[in-house]
Amino acid sequence: MAGHSADYGKPLPLMRGYTKEFYDFCRNRELRFQRCTRCGAWRHTPRPMCGDCQSLEWKWEKVAGRGKVYTWTVTFQPLYPQFKQDVPYAGVIVELEEGPRMVSWVTGIDPMQLKADMPVEVWFDDVTPEVTIPKFRPLKF
Amino acid sequence: MAGSLKDQSCIVGIGESKYSRGTPYSDLELGLQASMAAIDDAGLKPRDIDAIVIPGGFGTTAGDYAACFGIEDLRFTASLEEMGGAMTVSAVETAAMALVAGVANYVLIPFVARWYSGMKAREGTANEASRIPAAMAVRDFYMPYGMGAPPQYYSWMCQRHMLEFGTTHEHLGTIAVTMRRHAQLHPNAVMRDRPMTLDDYMNSRWVTYPYHLLDCCLETDGAAAVVVTTPERACDLRQRPVYVAGIASGHPYPAHEIPNRRDMFTIGLTHAAPRAFAMAGATPHDLDFAEIYDCFTFQTLQQIEEMGLCKRGEGGPFVMGGRIELGGEMPINTHGGLLSQAHVCAMNHIVEAVCQLRHQADLRQVKDAELGAVCAWGGHGHGSIAVLRR
Repeated sequence: MAGHSADYGKPLPLMRGYTKEFYDFCRNRELRFQRCTRCGAWRHTPRPMCGDCQSLEWKWEKVAGRGKVYTWTVTFQPLYPQFKQDVPYAGVIVELEEGPRMVSWVTGIDPMQLKADMPVEVWFDDVTPEVTIPKFRPLKF
Repeated sequence: MAGSLKDQSCIVGIGESKYSRGTPYSDLELGLQASMAAIDDAGLKPRDIDAIVIPGGFGTTAGDYAACFGIEDLRFTASLEEMGGAMTVSAVETAAMALVAGVANYVLIPFVARWYSGMKAREGTANEASRIPAAMAVRDFYMPYGMGAPPQYYSWMCQRHMLEFGTTHEHLGTIAVTMRRHAQLHPNAVMRDRPMTLDDYMNSRWVTYPYHLLDCCLETDGAAAVVVTTPERACDLRQRPVYVAGIASGHPYPAHEIPNRRDMFTIGLTHAAPRAFAMAGATPHDLDFAEIYDCFTFQTLQQIEEMGLCKRGEGGPFVMGGRIELGGEMPINTHGGLLSQAHVCAMNHIVEAVCQLRHQADLRQVKDAELGAVCAWGGHGHGSIAVLRR
């Protein structure tokens, strides 16, 4: 999906600090979250200290990219004009197998057919040359 | 606990501008209208005010009011931006603390909201000047997916509640219809003369499923204000004082990251409500009414549960059968709330609770009301609650 950068036209993360590191991993086809190296707690969205043990030691740890649908909302009204072409679209909270949850889209399915605990797997959408957005699709067995 | 705020402060003046969609007035003009009404209602003069707590937002500052009111020696100011929409009830808590500490004698709390003709809440979340204090998570991790508006992330919670507890649109619609019915009885309700049925609710378009249009609060312009003072001073004023019997604020954890909370239902109010009721020496079941920040139908239901009117998961059945209507066991939002009166971040809920406890609520009066609560919600689930008594 690379190559439509100039006219992508949707909001992008501000590529600096932890945010840039997270999305740079995505460009390399890796989904990584912060994990405390002292107590093992995962955390997202990024912050400098572990809320469980106050350790400043952590690393970006890779997850397998499989998870399940935790909750979602299906947006019909174009609340943001940049997404006018996308309605109805579902903002899904995916719970990764390893534990952390993230906001994403589940593509390849009618959003009104989403179900709780539906298994999904990550894919990476290179929306601009600089930014890759992780999205999910239903996991087929 | 040492230093309890129980019964140490009273709301002695209330005022509101006209609530409308669109207004010819500036933010400060609206704020002055509501403030002058509140000061006059108390039987005070503007120069009697010696502290101003600005809940937050919408551009007016304590200094603006002080300059207009000729207050040359303003002793104390504060702002509660971190609380988001719950800033209003938290401002009463701050006023109570200032009074108990002897820092001030008469505290004005003016609040202006320009949701109709100003920047919308959903616009604020997407930029760094956000009114909702969760800008980084929203900008970098939600907005790339078009998720930044309050109905979107609040409906995540709603959907999860539906999955775990079987909450239905009939439950949510009953809240919307009840608020609308109450608004028919209030002369300053934007939705007065626009009745609504459960069918209207069910047939209204989806904004973001599971929220219909009629699950969502109004976007209006207006202002409301209160004056708070000590019980000793309150006795000399024009109106019967309404005592702040218990008051507390609380935060969800992590405050700015809904998806990674242990559960979606523990919010600021979950922590604040037991503190406020313990301070007041009361339980939720002692209340004669509750005014609850109804930004969306489900958030009303969620706060009913988390403030302790029923157990978590039982909010759906609780709102049925007329229980939350005027004349029912626990009338909620007797003025029509944010859903059908106006969106002044629950400053209008505080005003209505004071009206009820003064027995000045006319057609909306809860008979023999002695004790009421106001709950406010902000940001991604901050909460505050005031238990007020006659």
